[in-house]
Amino acid sequence: MKKIGVFVCWCGLNISSTVDVEKASEELKNYPGVFYADDYKYLCSDPGQELIKKTIVDNKLEGIVVAACSPNMHESTFRAAAEAAGLNPYRVEITNIREQASWVHSNKEDATAKAIQLIKSTVEKVKKSEDLFPQQIPLTKKVLVIGGGISGMTVALEVAEAGYPVILVEKEPQIGGNMAKLSETFPTLDCASCILTPKTAEVGRHSNITLMTNSEVIESTGYFGNFTVKVKRKPTFVDWKKCIGCMLCQEKCPKKTNSDFEHGMGKRKAISVAFPQAIPYRPIISEKECIYFKTGKCKICVKVCPVDCIEFEQEEKIIEENIGAIVVASGYDLLPKEELGEYGQGKYADVIDGMQFERIASASGPTEGVIKRPSDGKIPKSIVFIQCAGSRDNQKGRPYCSKICCMYTAKHAMLYKHQVHDGEATIFYMDIRAGGKGYEEFVQRAIEDDHVLYLRGRVARVYEEDGRLVVLGVDTLSGEQVRIEADLVVLATAVIPSIGAKALGQTLKVGTDTYGFFNEAHPKLKPVESMTKGVFLAGCAQAPRDIPETVSQATGAAAKVITMFSKNHLVSDPQVAKVNEKICVGCLLCKPICPYKAIEPEIVEVRVGCRAEKRQVATINKGLCQGCGACSVACRSGAMNLSGFSNEQILEELKSLCL
Amino acid sequence: MSVEFKPNIICFACNWCSYTGADMAGTSRMKYPATIRIIRVPCSGRVNPTFVMKAYQKGADGVLIAGCHPGDCHYNSGNYFAKRRFLLATRFMTFLGIDEKRLRMEWISAAEGVKFARVMREFSETISKLGPNLRAREEA
Ligand SMILES: Cc1cc2nc3c(=O)[nH]c(=O)nc-3n(C[C@H](O)[C@H](O)[C@H](O)COP(=O)(O)OP(=O)(O)OC[C@H]3O[C@@H](n4cnc5c(N)ncnc54)[C@H](O)[C@@H]3O)c2cc1C
Ligand code: SF4
Ligand code: SF4
Ligand code: FES
Repeated sequence: MKKIGVFVCWCGLNISSTVDVEKASEELKNYPGVFYADDYKYLCSDPGQELIKKTIVDNKLEGIVVAACSPNMHESTFRAAAEAAGLNPYRVEITNIREQASWVHSNKEDATAKAIQLIKSTVEKVKKSEDLFPQQIPLTKKVLVIGGGISGMTVALEVAEAGYPVILVEKEPQIGGNMAKLSETFPTLDCASCILTPKTAEVGRHSNITLMTNSEVIESTGYFGNFTVKVKRKPTFVDWKKCIGCMLCQEKCPKKTNSDFEHGMGKRKAISVAFPQAIPYRPIISEKECIYFKTGKCKICVKVCPVDCIEFEQEEKIIEENIGAIVVASGYDLLPKEELGEYGQGKYADVIDGMQFERIASASGPTEGVIKRPSDGKIPKSIVFIQCAGSRDNQKGRPYCSKICCMYTAKHAMLYKHQVHDGEATIFYMDIRAGGKGYEEFVQRAIEDDHVLYLRGRVARVYEEDGRLVVLGVDTLSGEQVRIEADLVVLATAVIPSIGAKALGQTLKVGTDTYGFFNEAHPKLKPVESMTKGVFLAGCAQAPRDIPETVSQATGAAAKVITMFSKNHLVSDPQVAKVNEKICVGCLLCKPICPYKAIEPEIVEVRVGCRAEKRQVATINKGLCQGCGACSVACRSGAMNLSGFSNEQILEELKSLCL
Repeated sequence: MSVEFKPNIICFACNWCSYTGADMAGTSRMKYPATIRIIRVPCSGRVNPTFVMKAYQKGADGVLIAGCHPGDCHYNSGNYFAKRRFLLATRFMTFLGIDEKRLRMEWISAAEGVKFARVMREFSETISKLGPNLRAREEA
């Protein structure tokens, strides 16, 4: 029989007023296996912990029960105290007699009886406890960042500056993400490329950052500290190492097509670089449009290239990398206009979305910053902006607020008014949400200084009449119908997860919410961690947000990675699954149950009588196992168990509670 | 007159949501009957149906399994397993002649102290009405 100590806490009056703690400790003194029992005013205080330590040492205790508040409060405190006294911390268990007895029952007799029974059952659990030791897990100090928007770049730069190697994978040929497409940024109206270009350039030249653009992560195996990922490097058809970035090819290429970067507002060539400040500043051939790929003739680029770097025969490459942590920074896309029937379903050229407006307002965009409407290039005399297009709309399955539209719509209206002083800018809004430093003032400036007309209400329909766009809505403040003829309509379409986010989540085994945004491990306390250990989140991949918030969150994710890398190895929680190889029959019924893919078959040598025999059993990857215990239930032979919450421990607790 | 029947109810509560929900009931000083004893498990998916059967054998009058809401399980899928096993267990109970009302499953989040206390009161009442579980009890 083990020598067990029981400590009953008064918690001042919190416990002692409804639970007779002295009676409890008296009664426990006579309970089988209990060598020592006492009660104390505040066990979590320094003298309380000292008492526990001294008692463990003096009595050579082999296990203790602390009957006090919830283990969520002080389990770690008491386990640390025991460890300091030389007792394995996993031989310490807490009985929760505050949240589960004194605070929820009023009858002292009942509460005391229940508390005593709870303590006894914990004593039974401790009798079945074992020494557990955290395992050391090796660690590869290299991070993979997925997505080269402002969030991914921020993470990459922070971690690289801390001295660790970074691999930045971006699916587009260049980094910068959506921010690279913006004109000027709220709330200061400084130009986006002026603040972004120094960052992209720094990422491009940092010696600790390996940039893999035009690439995607297609596989990830392993576990925190030790992932192996496969990156698909799509062909660019240009040898970027040889290329000097003269862009003669782009200049001479005869094939023009719509530019994705310009969101249909501008053109590009079949061989092109997205924009003049792109990093890397290297062209790529679009297989879909290139004349040579279609007809086998042309090759003008080959002729003009001074360094002979066009490679039509280039193929995709798969690269394998070992890394220790992953940061998902895959950003956002906008809800396609085609999904918004009431606003013309994308069939009117002059109904555009916010990002298209950014492009025509951008000094380096297709109109060189002159706001012209797409249909005929005329300067619009009247623009209607419609907020919450698809957001906060239960029927469209997007009940959430996209968070940035109120601000960028105010910005758009201001930019327009600064150019066309006598133009009319009208904004339909549901509410104005301008929470942020300098944000409310910004919106007020739009209203007061720039005379933007804000109308509260939903727009019922946008349609064309005699060649003009008509916006039909209700001003809910006056209750009147409003009909506005507009030259241009700008929809603040809902921010949605980047296309392919769900698939990326599946590849990385990281959960996404119903919309496809990545799930954080805890909405308040772990906003940058994902549910999968070693995988962190940054930026709009997790939820819609603006640049300042994106940068702060990305810096937080980087800090998490740097903290992880500051150690030489990782330590795993020992409360994980374990297999009794003697009785495991190797059926692997447990394997598909594990949400973390921690169970693998292994061939081991087992002694059967005097013979050694080779057979298959299940093994647990202690780095992957998170200790949920689901596998232990699936195992029919009783071979799978969970340390810290073992079958034996739970059954003993249970039996004692049923008495 | 016979002595008033005080049921003995076992509640398996997952560490991440329901156990914390019970804590919340405590910190908010909500009251529920002292008939319930909680066993902390990492996840509702840790609850083996044999634990439940064992409880009835050893004298429990009711068993409650509490886990995170669907989609909220700390381990993603544990509560779905728990739900399936719960359905299995109820079928087995009917087979053994134990009233299936003696087993209940609830999703209780860490914030739902109110719900925790309410469920405890309700279940305690249900079991009080059913009376002691004599059917499966092992003779000592
Ligand atoms: C119209 C409009 C105007 C705005 N104006 C402002 C403003 O004035 N001020 C402000 O603060 N904010 C503004 N914002 C918000 C701002 O754009 C975002 O906060 C910011 O760009 C988010 O950065 P991000 O890195 O999280 O995402 P993104 O910029 O979307 O970057 C994500 C990157 O990841 C890449 N990627 C996606 N999936 C994968 C994958 N599977 N593998 C590899 N790479 C992948 C994408 O190609 C992209 O490069 C505006 C937004 C809109 C829509
Ligand atoms: S641990 Fe159990 S379920 Fe898993 S392989 Fe062994 S016997 Fe089968
Ligand atoms: S305890 Fe959970 S995480 Fe660990 S091996 Fe079993 S099923 Fe997987
Ligand atoms: S952790 Fe609560 S049900 Fe799985």
